[in-house]
Amino acid sequence: MQTIKKIFAKISLPHIIIVVFFLSMLAAAAPLGLSVRSLIGDTLRRWAMYGILVLAMVPAIQSGIGPNFGISLGIVGGLLGATVSIEMGLTNPWVAIIVAMLIGATIASVLGILYGLLLNKVKGSEMTVSTYVGFSVIAFMNIMWLSLPFSSGTLIWPLAGMGMRNNISIIDSFGHVFNNLFSFCLLGDKTTGIFVPTGLILVFLAACLAMWLFLRSKTGIAMSAAGENPQFTRAAGISGNKMRIIGTAISTSLGAVGIIVYAQSYGFLQLYNAPLMMGFHSVAAILIGGASTKKATIANVIIGAFLFQGMLAVALPVVNKVLPESNLPDVIRIIISNGIILFALSKSKGG
Amino acid sequence: MKDISKEYFGNPVLKNVTLQVKPGEIHALVGENGAGKSTLMNILFGMPVIHGSGGFAGQVEINGAPVTIDAPHKAIDFGIGMVHQDFMLIPGFTVTENIKVGREISCPTLLSQIFSKELETLDLEQMAADARRALREIGLNIEEYVLVAGLPVGYKQFVEIAREIDKTGIKLLVFDEPTAVLTESEAERLLKLMELIAKKGIGIIFITHRLGEVMHYAHSVSILRDGELIMRTAVKDTSMVKIAELMIGRKTEKYVDSVPNQLESVEIALSLQDFHVDMPGEMVRGIDLDIRQGEIFGIGGLAGQGKLGIANGIMGLCRSQGKVFVWGRELNLGRLGAALASGIAFVSEDRRGIGLLLDQSIEHNLVFSAIHVQEEFLINLKLFKLYHRRKARKHALKMIELLDIRCTGPAQKAGSLSGGNQQKVCLARALTLNPKILIVSEPTRGIDIGAKKLVLEYLLELNRQQGMTIIIISSELVELRSLCHRIAIIADGKVAKILQPDAPDAEFGLAMSGS
Repeated sequence: MQTIKKIFAKISLPHIIIVVFFLSMLAAAAPLGLSVRSLIGDTLRRWAMYGILVLAMVPAIQSGIGPNFGISLGIVGGLLGATVSIEMGLTNPWVAIIVAMLIGATIASVLGILYGLLLNKVKGSEMTVSTYVGFSVIAFMNIMWLSLPFSSGTLIWPLAGMGMRNNISIIDSFGHVFNNLFSFCLLGDKTTGIFVPTGLILVFLAACLAMWLFLRSKTGIAMSAAGENPQFTRAAGISGNKMRIIGTAISTSLGAVGIIVYAQSYGFLQLYNAPLMMGFHSVAAILIGGASTKKATIANVIIGAFLFQGMLAVALPVVNKVLPESNLPDVIRIIISNGIILFALSKSKGG
Repeated sequence: MKDISKEYFGNPVLKNVTLQVKPGEIHALVGENGAGKSTLMNILFGMPVIHGSGGFAGQVEINGAPVTIDAPHKAIDFGIGMVHQDFMLIPGFTVTENIKVGREISCPTLLSQIFSKELETLDLEQMAADARRALREIGLNIEEYVLVAGLPVGYKQFVEIAREIDKTGIKLLVFDEPTAVLTESEAERLLKLMELIAKKGIGIIFITHRLGEVMHYAHSVSILRDGELIMRTAVKDTSMVKIAELMIGRKTEKYVDSVPNQLESVEIALSLQDFHVDMPGEMVRGIDLDIRQGEIFGIGGLAGQGKLGIANGIMGLCRSQGKVFVWGRELNLGRLGAALASGIAFVSEDRRGIGLLLDQSIEHNLVFSAIHVQEEFLINLKLFKLYHRRKARKHALKMIELLDIRCTGPAQKAGSLSGGNQQKVCLARALTLNPKILIVSEPTRGIDIGAKKLVLEYLLELNRQQGMTIIIISSELVELRSLCHRIAIIADGKVAKILQPDAPDAEFGLAMSGS
């Protein structure tokens, strides 16, 4: 009884609104002629493919830098890893994705350490600074994508031969490698049933488990304590700044892994401005999940990613159907995601 | 001010205090920290903190007529001014602007006649002339157009005084520890100026801890202790020793009845040599101390004199210089956590700021230091070390029982505990480290009498049964005198004197006032 009461106490008004909205959209889908099963399948897939990017927020928030809007830094690291892996022409999808993740995470953790050093200089306004770091790195990489000396045919523009494409197909490389692992269809066959990307979900949950364990390790405990009260950790002989750098670096490299998992599920690598707003979506998702800018748990990640992505997966097709030939769905997506960030930030203090 | 009484939430801080100042008189107000000096001044100035907490009893009279002062601007209207210890000046403004702020001289303009007085232009020339006159009056030779930000500390104090005497009709000026931050020659100049101002017929209330200054410059003195006026007398009828004695006062109540056991060993556990600590507000300026093994060593002194800086310096929380030896081995002061690694544990005076993770459970708070300093409460999985929940829980339950921490269980958040219980959690965490030397800073600040007694008794027990060397830093002299083998009094960042707990009150009083 106690635990049930506790759970009820944690549910806030926005949660209720979002869940009701999600369910009503789902209910509206069938009469509009949409396949509810495929919508649920979509929700599942999007939940797991975005999950790791949301998970990347946890070490950042716990170490005290707050929601990491600068996750784009990790994302470009991951994109670099993926493009290098494709350039290498690895044909085995498993080798290709692991190479991509390793390179991506390495680049991202180096960037993350530098980024952490920067954030230690701007304590109190991390959220503003990280937002602009995220924007700047995307702009910088726009130049790099054009000028890096890649030569693989799948990466560069087919005719001019200069610069890389906007969308790079990775079906020949590591596309869907996790999605198809142990995948099956519930309540029907491939076209009518709910497609369950088992491998993808397992990878996401494994990452969550690893993070859960990390938060209970010696370093993880110190990191969370430093985030909550740096003076306290100093008194125990631990440098709060170092813990912030560790948190930032882990967050950034999770961003790299996250974008690769995202891309393999999507089937394309999206360069240039595509990752511009991904940081905002990750932040919105974890805040919906009940995290604050000071404290985040794995449960916040799992719930938040599901609610946020589920809502987008269901609401967009429904709105599309109701108001065809308009770009309203996109507008609604922007309103919802930014509205959630606004709401969550208004609830918590900090720059 | 007649029969002033004031209580904060049922806690009496002033009991029927009467304070009288004649025009042209320098009246010194002395007393320990917490004697009620600031509360009395807050009442005089009608500070919102007084009226926000239920007002006060008694009467304030000026020239024999009762007045009501319920807001600071009324105090100013009645001709009461104040020179603050930590300058109330705007650094980016010039001297003139600081002197005239809030009382600018203005000329009417077209716009101001149409709209409001707010739109009048400033008469800068007249303001500068006034400022020049005020500065000349106090003999300060600076230009009125320089920025306050660049002035030396001593000059800022003078600018404040200039601002106060520029106010027309000033009758009473309060100097709140004006010499605390000044060098000796600056202080002397300031005190001379104070005499000069008094000669003009302005009454002065002079709050200070330096009894030497009182003897030299004040005409009369009032001594406050625990919210009571102990004595009002002319300075020429008393002596420094007498004032010091009255300031401390023999308090009969003792928190702990037993005396600590006598020391057998003379081995030095902790030694400080020429130790300096850069802690804002608590500077330590060169301390030499030897603390023997198995000793309960007290460090006392008034607030802001540097006693808190010592512990924070040793623990590496504030930048420090000099040498610290722990059983003869020098401590690397530059390395965070060096003191912890050599067996020193610390209970901070800043319980909620440094002492606790308010948003985490008692259990987490208890074992945190041990996890990081000694790798206790961890399961070693070779690759990484994981939190050992069962062991930590067991330990937490043990500590809760041992120290009688009143809580719903080890999972309760530390932030929701009462002050006394929070202090017990801090103490329990330090003890979890099994330290050889325990430093406790202000162990009883803000906790109720029952918890106070328990904490102090437990410290004594630790010392007796385990021979733990304990250093207690406290503003409460009674506490130190009932517990310690020796007590060092810190004044002005230096050791004024090391005293036995049964030394006469006057000696403590004199040591605390740095003379």
